[in-house]
Amino acid sequence: MKFLFAIVTGIIFGLGITLSGMINPAKVLNFFDLAGSWDPSLAFVMGGAVVMTFFGYRLVWRRAKPLFSSRFHHPSSSAVDKRLIIGSALFGIGWGLAGFCPGAALPALGTGRWDVVLFVFAMVVGMGLARVLERWLNASRLIETADS
Amino acid sequence: MVTEFTPWASFGGGLLIGLAAVLLMAGLGRIFGATGIVSGFVFADSREEFAWRAALVVGMLIAPALVFLTRGQWPTIDVPVSPLLLVVGGLIVGIGTSLGSGCTSGHGVCGLSRLSGRSLVAVPVFMTTAAVTVYISRHVLGA
Repeated sequence: MKFLFAIVTGIIFGLGITLSGMINPAKVLNFFDLAGSWDPSLAFVMGGAVVMTFFGYRLVWRRAKPLFSSRFHHPSSSAVDKRLIIGSALFGIGWGLAGFCPGAALPALGTGRWDVVLFVFAMVVGMGLARVLERWLNASRLIETADS
Repeated sequence: MVTEFTPWASFGGGLLIGLAAVLLMAGLGRIFGATGIVSGFVFADSREEFAWRAALVVGMLIAPALVFLTRGQWPTIDVPVSPLLLVVGGLIVGIGTSLGSGCTSGHGVCGLSRLSGRSLVAVPVFMTTAAVTVYISRHVLGA
């Protein structure tokens, strides 16, 4: 039941990405092209999504726990650190180059287009590289602490 | 390439994206962040962490086929950049979203709705660098 619920949730998300136009990199890049062929549609996507989520979350949180889990999992970190800023800045650069973000790329991948496959493959490689880099940084930090 | 301004379809699609985020919180108590879902799906540490993310990925992947079955045509996807830029952009998106722990869905939709301090910083940062990148690539370099 839990997994059927998750599949349906994924479908609703994918339909939203499709209907909204987020699935189309040309539209996404035009949103950012204020000085050229500007298309403000994406502001409406963000508006609709945030309005629904803002009020929906507050309704959901009135319950003691979710339907299929023992508790609500809230992100634990609240630190605004260098990693957050550098990571977000890089994400924006990549988004501006390719026109796909992770949430739009997955439904787009469902169309089977080779260029989307290319993007998603590179993105997953990038995620893997970041994991290796972080493990390496954490390890060297541990060694430094051990030395001092 | 000019694209048509679609305020109603975009707002409606946004509501659906928000609905999915609310449902995931109501059902599994999780944030709908595409970065964490993809990363947790591909680099899963445990079967329990993998399974619900795999179900979400399956749902997201079949959505355009459902659109095709009901409307008789695939959603419009125009990629106005070269394959090389897709690969470079993809790599940077993967690294950036991992370091920053989120993207448009996790920080943008869910984080802003939670009034997360981290997301309130992350979103303006990535929206700005995206706009600057598009400006440079289209109007300075003229690519």
